[in-house]
Amino acid sequence: MSRGSAALCMSEADLPKGAAVVVIGAGVTGLSAAWWLARDGFDVVVLDKGIVGWEASGRNGGGASHYQSPLFAEEQRLWPQMDDLLGYPTEYQRERIIIQRDPDLLDHYRAVGRMCSAMGYRVDDLDSQQAQDMVPLTDQSCLGGIHLRFGGHANPQRTVQAYAWALQDLGGRILQHCPALSIETAGGKVVAVDTPRGRIACDALVVAAGSQSGMLLAPLGVDFPLASARAEMIVTEPAPLMRIGGVDGNGLYGRQTLRGNLAFGGGPHEWIDMDEAGPKARPTSPLIRNLARRVAEMFPKAAHLNVIRSWAGVIENTPDGRPILDRLDHPANVTVATMSGVGFGLSPASGHAVRDLVIDGACSFADITKLGLARFKNLEPDWREQRGWAA
Amino acid sequence: MTVRDVHAIDGKLPAPDARFDVVVVGAGSAGTAAAIAAAEDGASVLLIDENPVPGALIGSDVPHFYGGRMTAAVQQPARMLEQVFASNPALETAFAAGVDVRLGTCAWGLYVNGPALRALPGPMLGIADAEAATMVGFGRLVLATGARDLVLGFAGWNQPGVMGAQGFAALLTRYDALASRRIVILGSGALALETALLALSRGIAVVALVEVADVVQGPAALAAQVAAAGVPILLGHTVAATRGGIDGVEGVTLTPLPSPAQEDALEIACDTIVLAIGSAPATELLDAAGTLPSETIHLIGDAATVTRPDPAYLQAWATALGQHAPPDTIVCQCEEVTRADLLGVQPPRYLDRPHAMAARSLASLLNDGPAHPDQIKRLTRAGMGACQGRRCRDQVACLLAQQQGVPLATVPIASFRAPVRPVPLGILADWQESAAMTAGWDVWFGIPTQWTPYAVIGTPEEADHVAGLGGTMHV
Repeated sequence: MSRGSAALCMSEADLPKGAAVVVIGAGVTGLSAAWWLARDGFDVVVLDKGIVGWEASGRNGGGASHYQSPLFAEEQRLWPQMDDLLGYPTEYQRERIIIQRDPDLLDHYRAVGRMCSAMGYRVDDLDSQQAQDMVPLTDQSCLGGIHLRFGGHANPQRTVQAYAWALQDLGGRILQHCPALSIETAGGKVVAVDTPRGRIACDALVVAAGSQSGMLLAPLGVDFPLASARAEMIVTEPAPLMRIGGVDGNGLYGRQTLRGNLAFGGGPHEWIDMDEAGPKARPTSPLIRNLARRVAEMFPKAAHLNVIRSWAGVIENTPDGRPILDRLDHPANVTVATMSGVGFGLSPASGHAVRDLVIDGACSFADITKLGLARFKNLEPDWREQRGWAA
Repeated sequence: MTVRDVHAIDGKLPAPDARFDVVVVGAGSAGTAAAIAAAEDGASVLLIDENPVPGALIGSDVPHFYGGRMTAAVQQPARMLEQVFASNPALETAFAAGVDVRLGTCAWGLYVNGPALRALPGPMLGIADAEAATMVGFGRLVLATGARDLVLGFAGWNQPGVMGAQGFAALLTRYDALASRRIVILGSGALALETALLALSRGIAVVALVEVADVVQGPAALAAQVAAAGVPILLGHTVAATRGGIDGVEGVTLTPLPSPAQEDALEIACDTIVLAIGSAPATELLDAAGTLPSETIHLIGDAATVTRPDPAYLQAWATALGQHAPPDTIVCQCEEVTRADLLGVQPPRYLDRPHAMAARSLASLLNDGPAHPDQIKRLTRAGMGACQGRRCRDQVACLLAQQQGVPLATVPIASFRAPVRPVPLGILADWQESAAMTAGWDVWFGIPTQWTPYAVIGTPEEADHVAGLGGTMHV
């Protein structure tokens, strides 16, 4: 083995024997939680079956404008500071524009805008000309839109790595390619997590393992209801930069990256089977043609641009599509977190909430009790079939 | 009663626009022969070939590494089409046999059902010409997609005049649009020797073959032919530098390995450096689909028979070329990612590089476990550009292997994703979308409860809110 390979994998001797907190899942939610814990001086180890942000955390639209969430105010407070707090770039950009070419959809989003304004988040209506002025890639087929004077977007992949590096800078450890195999309990508490490379003892456990969370928690007698689905996005070669890159609409979500690429998704998803190892594949389908059509309609002046990539991600959803953020009663030292498919943008705040649950037992900055697991205690066993969500 | 999720993909992907018993991709000699044979057996046959490729794509090195050494002829579509016919007389036979021959038509996506995609009504191939994209069904798919260039960089490789052996042959034999007059060839395997003989037969001067190994890699008979033509094969040499001007490459400096002495350097004037270290089978369609040849999907011709060079040999070349490449040597031309950027896993230039980034590197990243080229792509943008990673994919893999001190064979190649050829939005678009697709479309999952403002959850207004907003959300 050469010098390089000696440093390649942590040897068995390097495997931590224990940590104050073990976090299972190096997606944005788990990494942000670990970072918040490390900022408070806790010894944290993050386990992942693969590479940081390899699932939905690194494969999403990058949006950060979630008015509906109790974590939203904290999300809004934190995003503008994240580059400085983490020490690494996230490509965060402020504000969003949603444009429409269908009158019904325009009315719908105008209503959403009024609702957000009523909640204290300013939204301006744009008429067709205003929308064309602000979104140079559209044309007169755009009927108008709304301009969110809040929210924004960031680069998911860069942000995930920024959390990981920031965590390491604080002494936290990330074990990639190191899945949690089982969770060991004693006296009503979790005492360790078993991995292929050995046992890691812990005082507290965070399960933020996305689609795998339910499978990890089931042996503890915890029913954590999730269904997994595949969703697709496309990417074009760069277009001239628009002043606000966070433009979507026409049935799409997405953004113009700082490089200029148009990256958009939307449309139907496919419910899939999931096992402990993760998705067996992440293919895209001919749906990319329907996405291309909607991007070309939304941005007629970019219709000549080449599509150069597509990708798919696997998203876990709870039965009501709302997050589960909870500290369990049994085992009492376990905190569970899933953002039900809308987790990237909220991650600065969700990590803070998980930190609070782990350390203090309750979220310090918002009421999140309605996101507790208890709401599903009477869930029917066939809840997936009842929703048409079975694979 | 079975409940359907109206926003799920099931039933929304339409059947292909057309169906053929046999679809052949690639109208080279193998593909054309296969198409003719199938048609003579009574099958309905579609034969497509992406050539002539639009001039703009040739300029972006799609599908081969043309290295800016094409003449202005590639901008004349009619002449290019004529050339494609002229270079393959068997196409006439294919027409006569009733094969539906479509030139200037690329295959950008292969779709087959699998564990994470079960919604297809059947296997299908996405194709596109200059006007529109079409989905084509098949009983049997024959991929005669040839080989792709393996590209390794060195100082100055990103200027006009550095090209791949596949690109060289395509410009010379298919298009008669090669601007090179005096070439140096890197490699001494069969590919390099054949490239030399091809060039000589067309009156192009071959100044030298360069080989990092101590022995000629290709068949002795071919090597003898090259030697007989008076072309030197410089064994144990590598590229130390290139000289360039406004039209690109003007010369190359070669030095002996392992530790070059300045006085041993050879200065050679040339207008082109052809990378003929190796080729890889062009299996992007299969790779992007995550599938393998099967009962219904066959690889033939070069796509089946070309083998990648021995990984150790490729890595030896990458190392030899790299030892003279300054840190600012470009690895990814599209995104202007340098060797230093890659080794430092640095963000692109349009982002600030904060102080903390100085401590980060490929080496530090590798401490966390084996890195995947797709991860390097996400961080540095190498491979994210308009050429779809054609020019840097293999370089990145070699650098990763070198940095990790592991054999190249253990490092994955950055993923291929559909569309495996660049296709404009307006062409790729499905303008005749199925009614089911339109009706079931939602921005996200179409779960109305997902968007209820937190304060409203559990209040009397919740039901009205859910009913009023529906699922069409995602801000």
